[in-house]
Amino acid sequence: MTAGRVTASVVATEKHPHYLGRKLLMVQPVDAAGSPRGKPVLAVDGVQAGVGDLVLVVDEGGSARAVIGDEGAVTVRTAICGIIDRIDIEVKE
Amino acid sequence: MKLGKVIGRVVSTHKLACFDGLKLLLVQPVDEAGKDCGPALVAWDTARAGEGDTVIYESGKEAAQANPNGWFNPGDAAILGVVDAVNAGGRE
Repeated sequence: MTAGRVTASVVATEKHPHYLGRKLLMVQPVDAAGSPRGKPVLAVDGVQAGVGDLVLVVDEGGSARAVIGDEGAVTVRTAICGIIDRIDIEVKE
Repeated sequence: MKLGKVIGRVVSTHKLACFDGLKLLLVQPVDEAGKDCGPALVAWDTARAGEGDTVIYESGKEAAQANPNGWFNPGDAAILGVVDAVNAGGRE
């Protein structure tokens, strides 16, 4: 799993049947301090996240299908499985 | 899944049989502001996309399983949808 910030919601009516009825959110991966790290990905929302939320993202097929609860949706690979309330970092002196 | 913009078409007559009949498009990965973010790649189209369209595409095994010629193939990128709108409002 990785942490990321939801930066946009994406609307696509013409799409693969496995994605019908599912919300697509764009997530910018962030590091523990919250600054952007890496390329943005599109994820199927599994927990009613919204733009601006800090979220947990799985980027693996089996896990994503478990998040959306549909084993048959074999073209789904990236999904949001949690909304992060807080990240605590231990600062070593 | 990632966001991309179709910037071209790839024509290949001599290729693996599992790619027969598939439209190959050149896709440039972009972020929500439309800025390039990564090298262009070739993906086959399952959503009737065309040049200039903003699309959603998937890579890896999940893309192979979107192949109408059968799921067991070496393909690794498939366009799965054409984007109507990207709403990036609501950010702090």
